[in-house]
Amino acid sequence: MGDFALSIEQLGVAVEGRQILRGINLQMKLGETHVLFGPNGSGKTTLLMAIMGFPRYQITEGKIIFKGTDITRLSLDERARLGIGMSFQRPPVVRGVKTRDMVAACLKEQDGEEQRINELAERVNMADFLDRDINYGFSGGEIKRSELMQLLAQKPELTLIDEPESGVDLVNISLIGELLNSLLEKDCPLVDRTCMGLVITHTGHILDYVNARTGYVMCDGVIGCEGDPHEILATIREKGYEECIQCFLRRTPSG
Amino acid sequence: MVEKKSGSHKDRARAASAKKAALGEDIDLSAYVSSTDEQPYQSDPSTLPAKTREQMLGAGVILDDPSQRSGTFIQMDNAPLHSSVRQEGIEVMAVGDALDKYDWLSDYWWQAVAVDTDKYTASVELSQHSGYFIRSLPGHKTDYPVQACLYLSKARLAQNVHNIIIAEEDSELHIITGCTTASDEEAGLHLGVSEFYIKRGARVTFTMIHNWNAETAVRPRTAVIVEEDGLFLSNYVLMKPVRSLQMYPSVTCAGENAAVRFNSILVAAAGSSLDAGSRVILNAREARTEIVSRAITTGGDITARGYIEGNAPDVKGHLECRGLILGGKGTIYAIPELKGTLAGIDLSHEAAVGKIAEEEVEYLMARGLTRDEATATIVRGFLRVDIEGLPPFLAAELQRAVEASERDIM
Repeated sequence: MGDFALSIEQLGVAVEGRQILRGINLQMKLGETHVLFGPNGSGKTTLLMAIMGFPRYQITEGKIIFKGTDITRLSLDERARLGIGMSFQRPPVVRGVKTRDMVAACLKEQDGEEQRINELAERVNMADFLDRDINYGFSGGEIKRSELMQLLAQKPELTLIDEPESGVDLVNISLIGELLNSLLEKDCPLVDRTCMGLVITHTGHILDYVNARTGYVMCDGVIGCEGDPHEILATIREKGYEECIQCFLRRTPSG
Repeated sequence: MVEKKSGSHKDRARAASAKKAALGEDIDLSAYVSSTDEQPYQSDPSTLPAKTREQMLGAGVILDDPSQRSGTFIQMDNAPLHSSVRQEGIEVMAVGDALDKYDWLSDYWWQAVAVDTDKYTASVELSQHSGYFIRSLPGHKTDYPVQACLYLSKARLAQNVHNIIIAEEDSELHIITGCTTASDEEAGLHLGVSEFYIKRGARVTFTMIHNWNAETAVRPRTAVIVEEDGLFLSNYVLMKPVRSLQMYPSVTCAGENAAVRFNSILVAAAGSSLDAGSRVILNAREARTEIVSRAITTGGDITARGYIEGNAPDVKGHLECRGLILGGKGTIYAIPELKGTLAGIDLSHEAAVGKIAEEEVEYLMARGLTRDEATATIVRGFLRVDIEGLPPFLAAELQRAVEASERDIM
């Protein structure tokens, strides 16, 4: 067990009294990136939100151990400070709060903050957005880049990303892939990597950019299948989620 | 002081001396007194007591180092205490001295504000206690703002001032007015008539910081006339408690291409009652205005008004009024109004009142901020009004004044 930097055990999650996830088990070692597949409504986003600690997502059973600490009862911000970060799909506009302020909040250091912010903005091609209200009038690709810029500043050890490729055009996808790549230390030998990622993907494009070690197929609030992500993706592409579900049902005795 | 003014002003004032104001709680003027012993004139205001200077500083008035100001006027209670100018082309003096000096000034007296608007304007005419006269001469530009401080030191005092501000053609004038009280608990009444005349091509920024106390009643009566290509930019900050404030400054764009911008930041703690708005009448072609207000209640009541009227071709106006309820039993009543009287005008408004969105708090918490830090960041953002046309050092001062009060809100 000590090997795993993230260990999710028998996790159950309810939203507004409705049970969404049941019996989720997932283990991740330092430096690994895992990928979640699954049809709409299967519970992928709920799992990410529950790991991040949003109060609306109530843990009804099981626990989450992160770097040896049971974080099941910790608040959202406590988890963030322990090293969990998330890229928001549809982040809110916060009027009067500038993109620069958000990046500054993510950077913990004080020295050379200004310069660091400008460097990050250059890198994600968002220099013109630093003094704009965060997310106000941002396009899909701009939101993605802004979220990744904040995460690059925050440097979480576990990054949770929901569909990084959705709503992004072909020009942006390679930049976003590159940024993800850097966030999850793709070019670093596995033994030296310290960053983990848990990524939701529909299309699988993102597998070209990250070293995903394990893939999961979620259906109806449980993890139905676990294996090599490329293999899983190939199966889904060929046969669709229907086959995944049938396969899962065949393997489940009570199904 | 102004007995030589026409009798008709006095007559009209007497006739209106019992006339209730259209808005706001009716104040019993007989509950307040005039001062009988006044402080002598001070040639060097930096010798005022430290506590007084500190209170004035809280309202944006710097006495220790006048190098950042092009002129200073201080009135304590009912009499002027000091006036000085540090730059050529600017005049700063007690309004009585100005009336003595310039015969023509009577042509401006009660021309923008009607003397019989209500019992408060009438009271200022019938028992006036000075006020200031600030004027920029044609073509002159102030590098630093003129500062004016109206200070209440005695208990139950009524301070009735009449201010005249004139920006002559193509001049540029920046004014910071700070109003404050010596005591944190003594009752007081401030009645302030301010008449602004902004001539062709002149630009005026007027930044007013009110730091009253929880027992003060305040009734400013302000009107502004802006001529062709003129600009009036007003910033109003009220973040400290006040018992009752009602004001609705009115600007008339009388010349083509005149522009007006109002920014107001209003904070009402429990026990404070604010009724504050901005009114702009666009009477000339291509005149334009933007009115932005931010209201926060932590338990007090705020009525945030705005009114734009378009009476000429190609005028443009926008009114934005946002309110944040941070708890307690406070209320925010936003009343944006638009009136158009011909085709070819463009007036719009947006208003929103609510609490801080939980989604926004969580977004910031996901970046590692505590709930309190996240809330403070959002409130700070809410109060941040980006002000176009304000010189950078003035914008920075305004920001400092807002930040200094933020801690009280949280």
